[in-house]
Amino acid sequence: MTPRVGVITFPGSLDDKDAARAVRLAGGESVSLWHADANLHSVDAVVLPGGFSYGDYLRCGAIAKFAPVMEKLVDAGNGGLPILGICNGFQVLTESHLLPGALTRNDHLHFICRDQKLRIENNSSAWTSDFEVGAEILIPLKNGEGGYVADEKTLDELEGEGRVIARYLGLNPNGSRRDIAGITNARGNVVGIMPHPEHAVEKLTGPTTDGLGFFTSLITSLVNNGKVSA
Amino acid sequence: MPKIIVSVALKPEILDPQGRAVLGALGRLGLSGVADVRQGKQFVLSIDGDVDDAKLAQINEIAATLLSNPVIEDFTVEVRP
Repeated sequence: MTPRVGVITFPGSLDDKDAARAVRLAGGESVSLWHADANLHSVDAVVLPGGFSYGDYLRCGAIAKFAPVMEKLVDAGNGGLPILGICNGFQVLTESHLLPGALTRNDHLHFICRDQKLRIENNSSAWTSDFEVGAEILIPLKNGEGGYVADEKTLDELEGEGRVIARYLGLNPNGSRRDIAGITNARGNVVGIMPHPEHAVEKLTGPTTDGLGFFTSLITSLVNNGKVSA
Repeated sequence: MPKIIVSVALKPEILDPQGRAVLGALGRLGLSGVADVRQGKQFVLSIDGDVDDAKLAQINEIAATLLSNPVIEDFTVEVRP
């Protein structure tokens, strides 16, 4: 059975189609989920895509966390469902407390859009298992509020438990503490990343196909966990 | 009509690049002696009827969950009759 991966669309989501396409290229079946859905339609994993959910009014991701589908998603994430939040999706995950810390205004105040080099730091999460630790990848980055912050204790905890999954290489694009580009929860099923792996899955449209690894990792971990057969 | 004012500001330890940009502008406008600027936001809720303890408790709860993010922000609640 092909793994079914839900992609949630909020009003203002931008990258839901690209995320769904990345899921299909990795060998999964994409399932469109709507912010007002009362259930997750029995999907095996969920992607929260980039964009500007609810216009990013108030704070990025703040209003999205009260969407009906999010109540189900928070329970499911705490129960082990693989969830990947990209950019605005990462912001929704921190606002929902599925991941610690917060994303704040870029320290230089400019919206930044460029291809960004990252180093993979953890390959034990559901979304990074196909990478080698230390692998350098190049994927698009585009954000205005991508500065990852958390208190020192939380940052030390993330480092100590190996929960930083990717770090910015070269110039830090947004003032993120300790060059953090992405993190995972303690269980390794929930991952948030600020740059956009779903925009680097095909030679024609991306700088590389390095982003595909996040989606193939998911398929691999679902198969290994016996959730779906290969 | 009574108003409830919820003021939200970044915690002191969180970098505030917007406040810093304003501070820079103050200097260029010739205002000296300002050591720091912190930018926040304010929500003004106009309330139908009286503000009782139950209403205030409810608003404090919403200030802590929706109007502010306690990871990076502090808030205050003030009632103006």
